[in-house]
Amino acid sequence: MKMKGAQILIECLKKEGVEVIFGYPGGANLPIYDALYDSSLKHVLVRHEQGAAHMADGFARATGKVGVCLATSGPGATNLVTGIATAYMDSIPMVVITGQVRSYLIGNDAFQEADVCGITRPITKHNYLVKDVNQLARTIREAFFIAGTGKPGPVLVDIPVDVSQAEVEFVWPEKIEIRGYKPQRFVEGHRGQINKAAKLLVESKKPVIYVGGGAIMSKAADEVRELVDLVGAPVTTTCMALGIYPEDKPYSLRMLGMHGAASTNYAVQYCDLLVNIGARFDDRVTGKVETFSPKSKKIHIDIDPASIGKSVQVDVPIVGDVKKVLKELIKEIKALNRKPDYGDWWGQIREWQKKHPLSYSMNGSKLKPQYVLEVLSDLTKGDCLMTTDVGQHQMWACQFYRWTRPRTYITSGGLGTMGYGLPAAIGAQFGKPNERVICLSGDGSFVMNIQELATAVDHKLPIKSIIINNVSLGMVRQWQEMFYKRRFSYSSIRPPDFAKVAEGFGARGVTIRKAEEVRPTLEKVLADKECWVVDCICDEDEKVFPIIPPGKAIDEMILDMA
Amino acid sequence: MAKHILSVLVENKFGVLARISGLIAGRGFNIDSLAVGETEDPTASRMTIVVDGDEKTIEQVKKQLNRLIDVISVQDLTKEEHLDRELMMVKVEVTPKTRPELVEIAETLKAEVADVGVKNLTILLVGDQTKVKTLLELVKPYGIKEIVRTGRIALSRDGAGG
Repeated sequence: MKMKGAQILIECLKKEGVEVIFGYPGGANLPIYDALYDSSLKHVLVRHEQGAAHMADGFARATGKVGVCLATSGPGATNLVTGIATAYMDSIPMVVITGQVRSYLIGNDAFQEADVCGITRPITKHNYLVKDVNQLARTIREAFFIAGTGKPGPVLVDIPVDVSQAEVEFVWPEKIEIRGYKPQRFVEGHRGQINKAAKLLVESKKPVIYVGGGAIMSKAADEVRELVDLVGAPVTTTCMALGIYPEDKPYSLRMLGMHGAASTNYAVQYCDLLVNIGARFDDRVTGKVETFSPKSKKIHIDIDPASIGKSVQVDVPIVGDVKKVLKELIKEIKALNRKPDYGDWWGQIREWQKKHPLSYSMNGSKLKPQYVLEVLSDLTKGDCLMTTDVGQHQMWACQFYRWTRPRTYITSGGLGTMGYGLPAAIGAQFGKPNERVICLSGDGSFVMNIQELATAVDHKLPIKSIIINNVSLGMVRQWQEMFYKRRFSYSSIRPPDFAKVAEGFGARGVTIRKAEEVRPTLEKVLADKECWVVDCICDEDEKVFPIIPPGKAIDEMILDMA
Repeated sequence: MAKHILSVLVENKFGVLARISGLIAGRGFNIDSLAVGETEDPTASRMTIVVDGDEKTIEQVKKQLNRLIDVISVQDLTKEEHLDRELMMVKVEVTPKTRPELVEIAETLKAEVADVGVKNLTILLVGDQTKVKTLLELVKPYGIKEIVRTGRIALSRDGAGG
């Protein structure tokens, strides 16, 4: 049957199992919108293309499926850029469709033309400009394959108007073959290396297991839990893997890194074996890399060969899918039939934990942000899916909420994108309609994509946005106070009355100023079916501690202002 | 620091050169030269990239190149027996007195005098890096006006029995 390019695109999306696409129409994608008009495919109209990209990303993180967004050429496409870069840094599977000006106008500085393939080359796993409608179906198929396999990532497909309009016979390519991309080659870990790792783990005296987002991607929560429980080793996670091992269990050391617990960073620094599972020795984790965990042997499991040895040299590299490698590793450890002895090590760690617990003080009359997180954690008991923006609130959420399930903490870890939280929450809610979705934000971040409240209200999404409002860009202010001699250059902002703004958008709003209001208000809001914005006016001088100062070793944390 | 010759087989599609050069620039790698051309398979091109760096850097360059979807294979020729050549043209100042000397230099190095003018003479050389360097040293005293080089291209050697 002959079909227009735009219809072929929609058919391909359906065949790929796409449930929802997030988008915004414009000149160059009008043929696609015309095809959507007759289609059963669910489309969510956003209010800014950046929102569409973050929604596709939030959907992907919540579900593990490939997220899809759609924008027009030129400004529509460039508005997606921050969202694409956000997904790229955190290896999130996403297919991004952009309209492009007519193919014969490309390069002519036509109206709403931008070289989006050129612009997004360094922030996509791959991208395509489709010049021939006969290539469209194959390209879409390849895009989904590339986005969702290996180390996942965003793939962009740029489709000129005339390609969307051209008619051709629709042929669905059952099989595709990309000779430069063979992710299946890297799935199984090397036997010998896995053996070595198993031996090291049972023979070590002071191990730490360090888990990152790759374990989430690989859907390896069960294997991580089994491994940790089998050997009884301390386990810490990056903020990309919170909840992969329940934090309410004794083996959990919770998050490590710049704002990790002091005891956790000491354990990482002084261990004799560090087992990196799907993390990447990011600078927020290693601190000054030359001094990072100097005495440990290092095992690194990652699906991406390029991640291994990039910043930290490792002793046992294992290229492979985390889930598969862990399954084998567990088998090997069981076969060794040797109970490791980490008793002294646990003694040391417990001592550190006792000496340096994560804490804050309730002094003064102002509301403490950490308290809001503690109450939220107590009220929800891990039964929520939280997205965040970027800054102090993001780190307090890591520290003061108890994470017990994977894919429940959704945050822009690598790029650190302010404005991510609300659209990501919307995407996550579409992916998980039965989950309670909370967007934790700051007064700086929330205004960056506040327009998406309209999208949430359109679809009657019961998302609860909780704003830690300290009338400033809190993390910037904290750095200025600690590292820039209290010169608070442009870090104070005057936020709007968020409760009123929420109501203007058709959502509900409430403002909290006192500690005693937190619990009853949150109880009421969480039980309600409507979209809420809860503005918590907090102490602007509260800081995130501990903090590893920039350029310092991870055991050189500042623990408090004293 | 050592120079490595990477032989990279890539899809012969538009934009591939931009992907490779963008990756190299974006990740802060230093390259000496990059030469591209079609191969026996018209759907593939071969790039010869000469990179400067320590082992760790070269390892990263190779891994990062391999991550590109349009890269079919990456081979580090420095690690094996290989042939490498570069084509260079040098325009040198010339007087009636120095002309025979320059012609002799060219002949000695099995280079070609490609163009002769009243004030300039152009020597074309195909050779390995030693030869290229020697020619440049020898003609330098006469006054070099312009140099153009293709960058090195390289191929693995089959060896005596191959």
